[in-house]
Amino acid sequence: MKLAKVIGTVVATKKDESLQGLKILMVQPLDEKLNNSGEPAAAIDTVQAGYGDLVYITLARESSMALPEPFAPVDAAITGIVDQVNIEDVGIENKDKIFEKEKDE
Amino acid sequence: MRLARVIGNVVATRKVPCYTGHKLLIVQPVDEQGNDISESVLSMDTVNAGPGDLVLVEQEGNAARQLLGTIDDPFHSVIVGVVDKVYIEKTGED
Repeated sequence: MKLAKVIGTVVATKKDESLQGLKILMVQPLDEKLNNSGEPAAAIDTVQAGYGDLVYITLARESSMALPEPFAPVDAAITGIVDQVNIEDVGIENKDKIFEKEKDE
Repeated sequence: MRLARVIGNVVATRKVPCYTGHKLLIVQPVDEQGNDISESVLSMDTVNAGPGDLVLVEQEGNAARQLLGTIDDPFHSVIVGVVDKVYIEKTGED
């Protein structure tokens, strides 16, 4: 799953039957600081998102399970509209201990 | 599975109904020495992880659905463990 921003809409008249009636949006994946991260992609909307919304997308085969037809040929779906992103970047607690090198006798 | 550190969480009111009640965390993948690699991703929490934790992230649908929901919910990325210690054996070094 990734954070993403809705940057546009895709209209396709001729498409697979299982995609009929679904809204296709262009999304730009983002990292935690909301900088672009990766290439824009087309994603099926399941939460009535719109242009400019910050959303999260579910990727891979599981994304189609959010749709009415779970075997639809889809690899990205918008599954939530983000209200808030909380960042608490405190590094790794006890990092030295976790990655401590073993001293051989 | 990969190692990652928890750096935050994401809140959404409007979402796929089956995501209700699950905690969605932002995780930054790290290498075997704990240094950041690649870009952050979102992952559902199953072990009550929090910021500062080093965790194991599974990015595979079957495992995710077994842990979190029924067989037809759209789960792909889950946190399956909090790491206590990482042992790396360096070969060819004295």
